[in-house]
Amino acid sequence: MTTDLGMPSSGPGAPGAHGTAGVPRLTDGTALTKKDFTSDQEVRWCPGCGDYAILAAVQGFLPELGLKRENIVFVSGIGCSSRFPYYLDTYGMHSIHGRAPAIATGLAATREDLSVWVVTGDGDALSIGGNHLIHALRRNVNLKILLFNNEIYGLTKGQYSPTSHVGQVTKSTPLGSLDTPFNPVSLALGAEASFVARTMDSDRQHLTSVLRAAAEHRGSALVEIYQNCPIFNDGVFDVLKDRTEAAARILHLADGEEVGTAETVVVRDDRGSLAVVPRAEADPARIVRHDESAHDPSAAFALSRLDSPDLGHVPMGIFRNVQRPTYDDSLREQIASARTGEVTDADIDALLAGRDTWTVGA
Amino acid sequence: MSAKLVQKLDRVVIRFAGDSGDGMQLTGDRFTSQTALLGNDLSTLPNFPAEIRAPQGTLPGVSSFQLHFADHNVLTPGDAPDVLVAMNPAALKANLRDLPRGAAIIVNTDEFTKRNLSKVGYVENPLDDGSLDSYDVHPVALTSIAVEALVSFTDLTRKEKERAKNMFALGLLSWLYTRPMDGTEAFLKAKFADKPEILEANLAALRAGFNYGETTEDFAVAYEVAPAAMPAGTYRNVTGNVALSLGLVAAAHRAHLPLFLGSYPITPASDILHTLAGLKRYGVATMQAEDEIAGVGAALGASFGGALGVTTTSGPGLALKAETIGLAVSLELPLIVCDIQRGGPSTGLPTKTEQADLLQALFGRNGESPVAVVAPATPADCFDVAVEAVRIATTYRTPVIVLSDGYLANGSEPWRLPRTADLPDIAVEFATEPNAVDDKGQPTFHPYLRDPETLARPWAIPGTPGLEHRVGGIEKADVTGNISYDPDNHDHMTRLRQAKIDGIADTIEPLVVDDPTDDADVLVLGWGSTFGPIAAGVRLARATGARVAQAHLRHLNPFPANTGDVLRSYQRVIVPEMNLGQLAMLLRAKYLVDIESHTSVRGLPFQAGELADVIATAVASVSDVPLKEAAK
Repeated sequence: MTTDLGMPSSGPGAPGAHGTAGVPRLTDGTALTKKDFTSDQEVRWCPGCGDYAILAAVQGFLPELGLKRENIVFVSGIGCSSRFPYYLDTYGMHSIHGRAPAIATGLAATREDLSVWVVTGDGDALSIGGNHLIHALRRNVNLKILLFNNEIYGLTKGQYSPTSHVGQVTKSTPLGSLDTPFNPVSLALGAEASFVARTMDSDRQHLTSVLRAAAEHRGSALVEIYQNCPIFNDGVFDVLKDRTEAAARILHLADGEEVGTAETVVVRDDRGSLAVVPRAEADPARIVRHDESAHDPSAAFALSRLDSPDLGHVPMGIFRNVQRPTYDDSLREQIASARTGEVTDADIDALLAGRDTWTVGA
Repeated sequence: MSAKLVQKLDRVVIRFAGDSGDGMQLTGDRFTSQTALLGNDLSTLPNFPAEIRAPQGTLPGVSSFQLHFADHNVLTPGDAPDVLVAMNPAALKANLRDLPRGAAIIVNTDEFTKRNLSKVGYVENPLDDGSLDSYDVHPVALTSIAVEALVSFTDLTRKEKERAKNMFALGLLSWLYTRPMDGTEAFLKAKFADKPEILEANLAALRAGFNYGETTEDFAVAYEVAPAAMPAGTYRNVTGNVALSLGLVAAAHRAHLPLFLGSYPITPASDILHTLAGLKRYGVATMQAEDEIAGVGAALGASFGGALGVTTTSGPGLALKAETIGLAVSLELPLIVCDIQRGGPSTGLPTKTEQADLLQALFGRNGESPVAVVAPATPADCFDVAVEAVRIATTYRTPVIVLSDGYLANGSEPWRLPRTADLPDIAVEFATEPNAVDDKGQPTFHPYLRDPETLARPWAIPGTPGLEHRVGGIEKADVTGNISYDPDNHDHMTRLRQAKIDGIADTIEPLVVDDPTDDADVLVLGWGSTFGPIAAGVRLARATGARVAQAHLRHLNPFPANTGDVLRSYQRVIVPEMNLGQLAMLLRAKYLVDIESHTSVRGLPFQAGELADVIATAVASVSDVPLKEAAK
C-alpha cells in the first residue's frame, strides 16, 4: 500500500525553494569575510596539496551565502580531505570513515535551520562509505557533499582507491590494480541524485560557481572535485590544468548550450549513445544541447560516460539539477501535520495509558 | 453466566500453541488483554520461530504463547502450563514435554489427520493410543465446529471460515476461565472495520466458542481467578518494547528534547521502531536507515544538533555500531543505544532470548571506551530504565547502552501508570555563552571544559553564536578540544573519560538487598530479565524455609557504589545468567569475590523451580537447619 505524500506544500521545503531557505541570514547589511570562516588551527596538508585551493575557494565562497556563521556545519569522514572542518570557523564534526553522510542526515533531518555540508574523498565516500553515499542521494537529504577525488588513498600513504585506474601501480597493487573504477558522477546519477556536478581544485572560478549552484539546490548535491595529491598520485589531472590541453579535453556543461569544446561537439547516434566528434563533421540535428533539469537522468548519465581513462574527454559542470522533495523537509512535514500543538504532560499521560486500562482502588 | 459449576483457582498457566499461521500470538494477546482488564496479575512468554511461515504442520513451524495469571503477584510466565491448547499434532508434540502429568490439553482433532501425524513422526494417533492417558485431554473439532458456526456466511470461502478457528478457541478459553470478551470484540471491530463480513465471522466464531464451552458436556467446570491485590492505581498491560518506546518519549518530553530514532530493522528490536514511527504527533522523528551503522550515525548527528539521538538494535547490530559508539564516547555527546539481546553468536537465535551481550556492551569497542550500561528487570521496568538511560546520557553527555532482551521485549505484564509530572526532571541546558578568554583577552569557547561535578563537557549546539567549534574522533587536548597527540594529554583524557563514567555511581541508587529474615548466608544476584525467574525461585526456596537474600543490578556500568560491600557480606553469592557467566566474571574481577555462576543459554528464560533447587542446595551447604520438602 502506498499513500500520496503530496508534500511538502509550504515553508522552506516548498517546490523551488532555495537550498538555504530556513537558515537564519545575516541582517542589517552585515557581511562576513573569508577571514571570518578561517579557524585558528594550523592547516596541515602536504605542500602542494589540492585541498588548499579547495579550502580557499570554500572560505571565499561561504560569505556569499549571507548566512549566519553559526548555522553552517561541516561534517567529514576520514582521510586527508576530512580534516577540512578543523580549518573552517563554523560548527564541524570530523567523524569516522565513510559515515559522514549518515551523521549529516541525522543532523539535517532534525535541524531545518542549518546549512549542512559533507566533505569526503574517493576512498571515504565510494569505498567504506559507499552505502551511506548512495542512500543519502536517493533520499535527497538537503546536504552538500563535496567529494575530493584524487584517485588514491593519501592518509594511509598510497594504496589504490575505488577511482584508481585499472593497472595503476600503487603500494597495495605492485603489479597493477585489478579493480574497475567507479565513475562518481555515473554512480551518483544511478543513485537518483538530484544534483550532480564535477569541477576541479585549480579552477577557482568554476569551483565557486558549482558550489553556488549546489548551495542553491534544495536536496542532496554531489560535487566531484578533481584534486591533486602531490605525494602519491601527483599530476594525475595535469592535462586538464594545461590551458591548451584543457581546451581540447574539457566538455563544458552549460544549461541549454551545446556540449563540446571549440573543436569538438557531442552528438547522439541512432541508438542514443553519445560521441565526441569534430564540429565540422557533426550533423547539427544530432548535436546535444545540455538540459540539466531533464527529469530523465539518462542523458546526464550518457554524458558521464564520455569520460575516458586518458582524460581525452572530460565533461565538467552540472550534469543534473532537478527539483524533488527532500527527505528532511518531508519528514518535518509529516511531523508538523501530525502535531496538534505543544505536547503537554497530559498528552504524555494519555499516550502512556493507551486504550485498555483498569483501575485498582486504594 | 453458565449454569455449570464454577471453581476458584489462585493461578493458571495457559499455553496456546499452533502453526505459525494459526494466529496463536494474536489469540494469546487477546486472552492476555482480557485477563489484564479483569485485574489479574500476569506475565507472558511468546515463543515463535524465526521463519515467518515454516512448512505448515511441521515442528519448526510451531508458534506458542504462554500466559501466567493469578490472584496474587506473578513473577514469571510460569514453569509449566496447566493447560495446553494444541491446534495441530506438531503443536502437541513440540509442547508435550513441558506439561506436568494431569495438565489439561485441548486439542483440535480436525488437524489430527494421518498426513499431519506423519509429518511430525507420530505413527499412531496419540489421541487414540493411550499415550496421553495421564493428561486431561479435551478433544474438540475446533476447525469444523467453527466452520459450522459460520454456515450462514455464504460469501466466505471455507478457507476464510477455517481461519476463524483461533477466535473459536479464544471464545472457548474465555468461557473456561470466565474472561469478559468485550475488549476482544472492540478490538476485532477496529481491526476489521472495513471488512464487515470478516468481522462478523470472527465475532460469530468467538461467541460460538464461548457457547460451546457452556453447552458441551466435555467441560464440566468453569474457573475463576480473582483479581490480584495490587497497589492502587491505573494499570495497563505492556510489553517491554512498548514500555521502552514510551519511556524514551516520556524522557525526551521531560528533557525538553526532540526525539530522533535512527534504526535498522532487526528482531527482536523492530517493534520499537514501529511504535515510535507511529508517534509523530509527539514530535518523534524516526528514520529507517540503510544499515545499522547509518542508524546510529544519524542518531549521533541528531544528538550533535541538540536532539535526543536514539538507536535500537539487537546483538549483531550492536557489533556494527561499535565504531560510532566509540565516536560518541570521544565526542562526549548523549546517545541512547538499545540492544534487545537475542541468542548469539552471529545470527544465532533471532527470536529467542539471551543476555550474552553484556561484555560486548561494556567492552566491544576499540580503545578505552567506557559507556554507561543499564538493564531493565521486567517488561514494565523497560519504561523506567529508558528514563534513567536518558537521564544519564544527557547529564553526563555519554552514550548509554540499554540491555533489554527478547524475553522482556515480547513478554508483557500489568504496568501501574506513572504520572508524567512525577517523572524525574531531566531538563537539559545547552551552552549559550563563551566559557573562557583567549590569550588576547577575547571571550572564547572551550568545548572540553568540564563541569567539575559531573565531568560532563558543555553541549553547544550548532546555531549558537560565538560557540562555533569542531569536534572529532581524534584525541583532543583537555579543555580546548584541539587535536592533540601529546602522550600525557592522551593519558589524562583517557582517565578523565573513565572517571566521568565511574562518577555516575554517585547518582544511582545503591544495590538493595531483599532479605526478609535478615540473616541469610546466601545471596542470589541477577541482572536484566532474569529478575522474574530469580524472584520466583527465591520465593519457592523461602517457602521451604531457606534463608536466602536477593539483589538485582539495574546499573551494569558503573555498578552501584555499595556492590562490593553487599557481595562481601554473604558466604555464598550465586549469579544466574543467560550466558556463560559474564556478570560473574566482571564481579570476580572487580571485587575479588568468589562468585558462583549458574548459567543457561537455551533461548528461554530460567525456570523458577530450577533456580529454587540451585538456591536450596547452596543454602543447605551453609546451613544446619534442614529444609522442608519443596512446596512448588
